[in-house]
Amino acid sequence: MRMHFEIEGGDFTAAGRASSEVKKTLKQFNIPPEVLRKVAIALYEAEMNVVAHAWSGTMDADILPEGIHVVMEDKGPGIEDIERAMEEGFSTATEEVRQMGFGAGMGLPNIRKNSDRMVLTSTPGVGTRLEITVAF
Amino acid sequence: MKTNVRQLMQELGFTCLAGEAYLDRHTEGAYLSDLLSDVMGKAEAGMLWITAQVHRNIVAVASLKELSAIIVVNERQVEPEVLAHAEEEEVVILSSGKPAFETAGMLYNHLREVEC
Ligand SMILES: Nc1ncnc2c1ncn2[C@@H]1O[C@H](COP(=O)(O)OP(=O)(O)OP(=O)(O)O)[C@@H](O)[C@H]1O
Ligand SMILES: [Mg+2]
Repeated sequence: MRMHFEIEGGDFTAAGRASSEVKKTLKQFNIPPEVLRKVAIALYEAEMNVVAHAWSGTMDADILPEGIHVVMEDKGPGIEDIERAMEEGFSTATEEVRQMGFGAGMGLPNIRKNSDRMVLTSTPGVGTRLEITVAF
Repeated sequence: MKTNVRQLMQELGFTCLAGEAYLDRHTEGAYLSDLLSDVMGKAEAGMLWITAQVHRNIVAVASLKELSAIIVVNERQVEPEVLAHAEEEEVVILSSGKPAFETAGMLYNHLREVEC
């Protein structure tokens, strides 16, 4: 099963919708609750990064019998130093975004901890691509 | 032992702003943070979440993490639009008249007593 979402940068009112939809869909299958929670955390953080840091993006989720594979692609400023971005506490979030409770610099580390495979690639000035796999 | 949200709310004097229908939820422990991805990473399902954040995004976090309730501190006003969204997502929002430190202290003592 395939699910596709468009994500708009800066739109904090719709934020979290894609990850919620995927979680609701997965709930209908017989997936252990711990696995469901991992997927929810990883997808939410990935979705919020597009909303908080990029201009626009897409989420494509592939639900297979053995797991879920998700590709997030965005147009945006991209990430100069991926290793640094992956460090806990590193954040370039604006003051406005921080006031809403984002910007702890925990999103990418949360994705790493809650996925079985994570591939982050980026071209500065163009955009970012994130692949997440969680096995059931 | 576990307690439920309704009991806790009545005993500690919180008010319910959204999710009346779900007050029978069991709850165990609480997490205090105003950073959403900190809550995403560290809170556990069933916990209460004490926060000063009132932005709409708290609803998605509570729902995705299956938290038992959000406790907004300092009697902070929550927009009707956020409360409506909470109802839709089956999220309980309670209001505490006290600051975060006092709210957490009350809860800590209460949950410990319940455990004994
Ligand atoms: N899609 C993206 N486009 C551009 N930059 C990004 C993207 N995702 C992450 N980054 C960069 O990596 C940094 C770290 O991301 P991470 O998700 O860990 O923290 P954050 O989003 O700043 O804060 P938090 O997720 O804790 O609310 C961001 O501050 C940003 O500089
Ligand atoms: Mg983030």
